[in-house]
Amino acid sequence: MIASIRTASQGRWAITISSVVLLTFFLISILAPWIAPHDPVHVNLAVKLAPPSWEYPLGTDHFGRCTLSRLLYGARVSLGFAFLIFAASLGIGLLIGTLAGYIGGWIDLLLMRFCDGVMAFPNLVLVLGIVGLLGPGLWQVVVALMMVQWVYYARMIRGMVVSMKEQNFITAARMSGSSTGKIIRRHLIPNVLPPIIVMGTLEMGWAIMDISALSFLGLGIQPPTPEWGAMIHEGKAFIRSQPELMIYPGLFILFVVISFNILGESLSERLGVKRRY
Amino acid sequence: MISYLTKRLLAVIPIILFAIFLMFALIRLSPVDPAEAYLAAAHIHPTEEILAEKRQEFGLNESLIMQYVQTVKQIVQLDFGNSYVTNTPVWQEVVTRMPATIQLAVSSILLAVIVSVPLGFLSAVYKNSVIDHFSRFLAYLGASIPQFWLGYILIFVFAVQLDLFPVEGRGSWQHFVLPSITLSLALIAIYTRLLRASVLEELEKVYVTYGRTRGIKEKTIMVKHVLRIAISPMLTGLGMNLGKLLTGTIIVEQVFSWPGFGRFFIEAILNRDIPVIQGYVVLAACLFIVCNLIVDVLQLYMDPRISWKGRTES
Repeated sequence: MIASIRTASQGRWAITISSVVLLTFFLISILAPWIAPHDPVHVNLAVKLAPPSWEYPLGTDHFGRCTLSRLLYGARVSLGFAFLIFAASLGIGLLIGTLAGYIGGWIDLLLMRFCDGVMAFPNLVLVLGIVGLLGPGLWQVVVALMMVQWVYYARMIRGMVVSMKEQNFITAARMSGSSTGKIIRRHLIPNVLPPIIVMGTLEMGWAIMDISALSFLGLGIQPPTPEWGAMIHEGKAFIRSQPELMIYPGLFILFVVISFNILGESLSERLGVKRRY
Repeated sequence: MISYLTKRLLAVIPIILFAIFLMFALIRLSPVDPAEAYLAAAHIHPTEEILAEKRQEFGLNESLIMQYVQTVKQIVQLDFGNSYVTNTPVWQEVVTRMPATIQLAVSSILLAVIVSVPLGFLSAVYKNSVIDHFSRFLAYLGASIPQFWLGYILIFVFAVQLDLFPVEGRGSWQHFVLPSITLSLALIAIYTRLLRASVLEELEKVYVTYGRTRGIKEKTIMVKHVLRIAISPMLTGLGMNLGKLLTGTIIVEQVFSWPGFGRFFIEAILNRDIPVIQGYVVLAACLFIVCNLIVDVLQLYMDPRISWKGRTES
């Protein structure tokens, strides 16, 4: 999509900077309880909609909750759940994709037709449909995103496994008596890793966007849990008087997602992963 | 050509059956059964009698296979049932709201094409120039900015601060400006880079060198030959990103209170209006598939090098 030719040093810089930004956000999400100045859900109507001060560095929202603390805790929700979705959908995709590719036959056919079916939907439409039928809520959103995402991993991994199965080193391993489990573990998985890393990095960005979009629509994280999309939703009511309430969380989403995208693109060039979109 | 089209059209059927099946399975798997959801949405106090009556009416007492066959039969006749909330047929609700959404989508696509064709073309011709860097920046921005946030930022700057455009609603052309920009940025990001990549690819081809040695004007080569061929992958991009556009309308309609199909869908989700949810998802899948089919056919016309025959086999 954004694939472009860059010099090696530019690529390295992009990787360094985006990694540093992401590392910072990961640290924030882990250390939130220690670095946040206030309890993010503590309501104090006496100081509602307060301007920035030493006590509240970024001011407060309409419940008098500290905006900075909510932003820092928000990193926890966004990154945490994005990672969970990534890990779970990768796990399912890896299992199904390897099985389909390695065993082949009608099992392969059946599983891949299922993946095609899921891919025939526009992504977020299906996610919304699933959330709509299961009911709004954080876990429903996580399940819905997982149900849609794993097929992409499964398809990709299956394709790589099929093309690799016939290569000589696999035949050699089989001839020297390696078991199926060992061949999958020792030979297939290490070879399919680079594209997974690239796709995973990009998917983290998408997952964060999707989680925040669903929370914004009122279908994901329910108040008072601090989450960036939900904060924008709450802050929009004060667009005339206190626009920063909805500007800050958006900037946080933008920074994190753009870092994941830049890192993903740079890695895909670096690792020589060809992408179709 | 006829046989190609027939084959492609036939291939659509199993996908749509699968879409209906997926929705059907999810409804049965969900913890709330349709009869309860109906009573909750219609604000009727649930008693055992009414529940049993509704279950009978919805055919929930039949076997699962019979229910599925029944659902497919109804959907084929465009009967998605009645909305639990408004009690009017879903299809009718969709038809009345569709024009607003289509207008928004079309104006966004137009805007995206108007911006990204010159931008993508120039950033390929002047590779690594300022314009190329700008388009790369725009591509990252468009791919990473949350659409709902972009919408509010535009409202804040152009409606609240500068008071140039209305905040929400639909009516005059001014109402189109902010939603279309919001929706098209993500598309601009994709199309610009797609066109840039395909123009760069074309510039490597022999015919460009040949044209130059023949002394044909650079401008003629670029516009008449390179751009004409390079634009074809953009069409595929248009089809592939239709899903993005569709989900984009859901969010943008919500931000700008645009009275379209997407907003109706969100309301339905919040109300657990099962027929509407099912109808939306199935129709969205159909739309997605049909548009991709149209794009493929268009592409065959644009680029005669892709043979009808070759396509039929794949």
